[in-house]
Amino acid sequence: MIFLFISIFLGIFILLMGIIAVQHKNIKVAVIAAGTVSLFSSILYLLLAAPDVAMTEAAIGSGLSTIIFFYVLNKIRKTKTDD
Amino acid sequence: MIKNFIIFIIVLVIGFIFFSIFLDFNGSEELKGLGKYYAENGAEEVGAANLVTAIVVTYRGLDTLGEVSILFLTASIIGFVLSLSSSNNEDRKVRQASEILKTTSKVLVPIIFVFGAYVFINGHLSPGGGFQGGAIIASGVLLLFLADPKRKINHKLIQWIEAASGISFLLLGIAGILLAGGFLDNSFLSLGKLGHIFSAGAVPIIYIAVGLKVGAELTSIITNYNEIQKEEE
Repeated sequence: MIFLFISIFLGIFILLMGIIAVQHKNIKVAVIAAGTVSLFSSILYLLLAAPDVAMTEAAIGSGLSTIIFFYVLNKIRKTKTDD
Repeated sequence: MIKNFIIFIIVLVIGFIFFSIFLDFNGSEELKGLGKYYAENGAEEVGAANLVTAIVVTYRGLDTLGEVSILFLTASIIGFVLSLSSSNNEDRKVRQASEILKTTSKVLVPIIFVFGAYVFINGHLSPGGGFQGGAIIASGVLLLFLADPKRKINHKLIQWIEAASGISFLLLGIAGILLAGGFLDNSFLSLGKLGHIFSAGAVPIIYIAVGLKVGAELTSIITNYNEIQKEEE
């Protein structure tokens, strides 16, 4: 029963973070929110007894891809100011 | 306005489809077909305590090979495209990382590397495996870059690790054809006792190769992205 409540809470939180990631004006906040979606969905995978998927999601989804987004964002900004 | 209305309708339709799927869903009580075969015979035939590893490395090993090649292709395309843009890491001005981050990275990075190695060496016993371990090692490299963005990573070394592990993965697969039942058959080494570190035949060796390959590929992606950054405003 407690697992069900935690899962529902996590699901609502993921939805909220997804909406923030799509709607927020500041793109840095949006990228962080997208990383948070991955982090919390990895907890959800763990609760659903898929630890392998959870590890991949935590390492790649919330770690590497977030930083790559920031790298690209930084590069794009720079080329914009060059014009 | 009309655009928003269309989007709203599409979201509503998708929601309706998922809701009807959810209403029809009743979880099956027992495994059927292929899943049942894997669950019943996997431990005997492969000897891996982690059934997911047994499926990923042996039964569906060809898929893993495909995934690794896709990742290799991605890493090489990123390297190719980014090397076209001029990069000069020397005259890059970066803000100093904080003392906490520097010290923590010194303490944590070796632990992260060891944990990544643990994850892929123990892939046949505990959750995780080559991909997860490689990703963990790459995130350790990422922490190094966060602490010191100008850090140099030896590209040649990464390339050699990647090439050697990729070739050994293929050779182990071919050894399965020659010495055992088929491509990526792990039983040419002794299957050992279920749950021991030296068990499951060639699975730990294959997973070490996969882990090193994935780690090297992700590391090269991060390194390439890090090297094109230039902040000289």
